[in-house]
Parts: sequence; structure tokens; C-alpha cells
Amino acid sequence: MSGDETTLRGDVLALEGVSVWLGGRQILDEVSFTLAPGDFAGLIGSNGAGKTTILRIIMGLQEPAEGKVLVDGRRLGRRNRSVGYVPQKVLIDPDAPLRARDLVALGLDGERVGPRIPSRRRRQLVDEMLEAVDAARFADARVGNLSGGEQQRVLIAHALISRPRLLLMDEPLANLDIRSGQEIVDLLARIACEQHIAVLLSAHDMNPLLPVMDRVVYVAGGRVAAGTTNEVVRTEVLSKLYGHPVNVLRVDGRVLVVSGSDVSLEAVPRQPQPGRPAAEATGRRGGGDV
Amino acid sequence: MFADYMVNAWDVATIVAIVAPVVGFFVVLRGSAFVAHAVPEAAFAGAAGASLIGLNTVVGLGVFSLGASLSIGLLGRRGRHDVVTALALVLMLGMGSLFLSWSTEYAPEIYSLLFGEVLGVSSNEIGITALLGALCLAAVAALYRPLLLTSVVPEIAAARGIRNHRIDMAFLAIVALATTTAVPVVGALLMFSLMIGPPAAARCITDEPLRTMALSVGIALATVWASIAAAYQTDWPIGFFVTAFAFVGYALAHVLRWAREGYARIRARKPLPGGSAA
Repeated sequence: MSGDETTLRGDVLALEGVSVWLGGRQILDEVSFTLAPGDFAGLIGSNGAGKTTILRIIMGLQEPAEGKVLVDGRRLGRRNRSVGYVPQKVLIDPDAPLRARDLVALGLDGERVGPRIPSRRRRQLVDEMLEAVDAARFADARVGNLSGGEQQRVLIAHALISRPRLLLMDEPLANLDIRSGQEIVDLLARIACEQHIAVLLSAHDMNPLLPVMDRVVYVAGGRVAAGTTNEVVRTEVLSKLYGHPVNVLRVDGRVLVVSGSDVSLEAVPRQPQPGRPAAEATGRRGGGDV
Repeated sequence: MFADYMVNAWDVATIVAIVAPVVGFFVVLRGSAFVAHAVPEAAFAGAAGASLIGLNTVVGLGVFSLGASLSIGLLGRRGRHDVVTALALVLMLGMGSLFLSWSTEYAPEIYSLLFGEVLGVSSNEIGITALLGALCLAAVAALYRPLLLTSVVPEIAAARGIRNHRIDMAFLAIVALATTTAVPVVGALLMFSLMIGPPAAARCITDEPLRTMALSVGIALATVWASIAAAYQTDWPIGFFVTAFAFVGYALAHVLRWAREGYARIRARKPLPGGSAA
């Protein structure tokens, strides 16, 4: 799969044998994968598979028990400007006197102590960034009054304005309607390509990402299989990852991962049972219309 | 009312009206109004205790408000302060009443700690108030950006390497400092209204953080100046006027916002000349 081409690709991100224990339970087991500049990657797995832990490790909010994380070839300090992050759900008070452009400006140096000197240059940078994420038309609106999709654009602008090498998105599609979700995915794919940064986006459903995803990092039970979609989303690879026979079905351009013992679609439960990889529908949201 | 014995009152009230809303802007933004209520209660207990053992009341004020705000920060769980704040508030009121019962102090002195007293301000108090006020403003200016970020989007602040808990503790210390500045003049129970009222009113009117702060200083100055004048004319306690004017300011700001939103809605509904309505 991946890993052997580490030095060749000039990786933005490299996880090497990362293991994590939390409260005596192993959350990640020897996770290794790499991302190159321009990669648009999906971090795919069901709830509790370890996606959020992987993101926290990359941000340096959690120390791995074993292994190392390299961003741009360097170990991370706590204050790193090379990783941008957009959390899953932010609740911004609609009464907070903060415009979209103010939040984006905080992306430049919001962690710095000392008074801020406004300048034409700053304003221009903010305007350009808002333009880049199609948020210019609500630049002067209060962030708290924007819709979920609009807020997400503002948060993406906030994360990107400090020119990170890697953008992490935690479940950006979970709280959006299908159309806004697709717009965000297209926007991110465009940004990854244009700005030559790596985007790692976590999701429990890989289907909306299939048309634009360069790489998939598939997480199950704390272990990871990474590579291109065709390399990873295959019956043998995922069966090995789950440690249980699964079948990868392709129906109408969608991918379904189901238990290997019973491949009939009717048998796919609506809610995968936690901790049991026996039957796992990746298309939980869109699965009904297959 | 601009006689010599009133000049100190005008000066100190002006300093308080600048410091309280600047700190209060973040109190309102962070939803910590309850903390801003508890800390002045501690200041009251501290002042009563200090006067009991013959110390300068400002020292008692400072020690107790700092102690209360830092323990609220330390004992709060996962950034939530409500339970420990409530307990601290009643504990401080209880201690205040204990110190009062032991005290042989002339009662109006203590009364003025709770409800404010403009006539009794001496000129050496101005120096302390100005110094503490300047310290507060400098601290807010220094922490402005991390404070704003942790208040609005704490998850993102953490991801940027900001330690939210440290910012929280620093902010509580600033609240204690601002309280120490203001309690001798406007009183413990009423200090709180200057911290909350003007910023809450200002943010109904403007959307930009720095402009909100500036506007709330303006509202607070108007409130305090009008209160001194009214207290002088009527001989009613100044605390009543401060709270009443702060409340009126907040209500007016809401009416203004409501009217503006209504106007915008009507305009949006009207068909554009020569074109169809959106």
C-alpha cells in the first residue's frame, strides 16, 4: 500500500507506528500513513474507530505512547502553524459581536499576545481568503447568524489564512445538508489542488468523497489501511483490517462495505453495532436509497 | 455638583466606567455574568474583613476577590463554573455578614461598600483606582486576541496551541482586579451592572468587537455621569441610578435593534423599482 515511498513524495504528514492508549484501552494500534502536498484524503471509519484520536495526535493535543508524527518532516510543538483545523460542530453565540471577517482575521495570529495593529495588508489578506472560500458576500455578517455551511466556509478561511501545509476537517459533512456538503467537498478539493496543501477530512461515509478523494485512510478498530481508493477499498484489504470477512460492493458508483457472511443488502443493519465489525455500512446516510 | 468635594467622585467614576465595560465585554462574550456577580460579593466580604482588623479596605477587597475568582477557576469542572460560583457567592455573602456582625464600624461605611458612595472618595484612592484600572486595561489589551478566540471558538483555540484553562484563569484574575477598582465607588452589588449592562447593550447595536467595546465604554460613561448628577440632585443612593440607567440602556438597545430589524424586513419585502423582488 503506502509507506515505502515516504522519502520520495516529500510528505506533508507522516505517521509512523503510532499507538495510543486511553484509560487502559488501546485506541490506536501502530498507525502509519503519509500524505503528500495536494492530496485530498478521507479519514474513513465508523464512530469510535479512532478518527478523532488520529486528528488530535496530528494537532499535537495528544501524545502517542509509541511512534511519531511528522508534519513537513518535523515533530510538532504545541504551537504549530503548519496544521489548520476545522472542528466538527461549533456553537457560536448569535449575539456575539463578531463578523465573519473578524474570525478570519483571528486566523492570522489569534494565539498571539499583545495588541493587534490593523493594517491594509491584513484587511487585504482577509478579503482574499474570504473570496477564495466564496464567503465574501457574508463577510460583514455576524458569524453566529450564518448557516452551518456558511460558518464552515468561514472556519476554513480562518484555518487557511495562516498558510498551513495541512488542513484537518473533523466530520464536515455530518451537520450539513447534501447540497452544502457537496459544495464544501468541491471547495476543499479545489483548495488542496490550488494551494498545494494536503487536506485530511474525516467522515463515516466515503461515498460523497469518492469522486474527489485522492487517498483514503480507512480506520477500523484502531488500525489503519491507507492508499488510493482502489488499493484500500477492496474485499481482501478491509477483511484483513477488520479481522473478519467483509465484502466490498459497488452499486451505482457507490461503495458499500458489508459483512462477508451475508452479502444481501437487506441484511445491512441501519445502525452498526459498536465494537462489532461484523456488519458495517459505510453509506449510513445515503444507504437507504441504494 | 462640581464642587471640590465632588471632583474625586467624578474622577473615580470615570475610571470605573472605562475599565468595567472593557472587562465586561469579555464577561458577556464568555457567558460568565454569574462569576462577575460572585467576585464583587467576595470583594464586599474582603472589605468588611479588612476594616474589622484595621487594614486598608482595598487590600481586603483585592485579596478576597482574587482568591474567590482563582478558586472558581480552579474548582470549575471542564470550563463550567456555575456550581462553584454559586457556592462561592453564598459563602462570601455569609462571611461578609459575619464580619459585619463582629464589626464596631460605623454602619454607613459598610453600607457604602455594598451600594456605593461617591462623596467619601478621597484623593489617595484615586491613585490606586487609576493604577489598578490601567493594569486591567493593559491585561485586556495583551490578551485580547487569545481571549476573543477562546471565548467564541474554544475548540479551535485549543488546536492553535492556546491553553484555554490558563486564559480562563488570567481572565478571572482580570475580573478580580476590575472589581477591586470599582467596589469602593459604585459598590459591590452594583459594580456588576456596569460590567454587564453596557457591553450587553452595545452588542445589540454594533457587530464588530472593538467597536462594541468602545460603544460600551461610552454607554457606561453616560450611565455613571448621569447617575452622579441624579444622586446629587435627589440625594438618593447612586447605586440605584447606576443599576436603573444600565437597565434602561440595555432595554433601549434592544428596542433599537428590534426596530432596525423590522425596518430591514419591510425594505426587503418592498419590490425594487424596475425589477422583481428577490
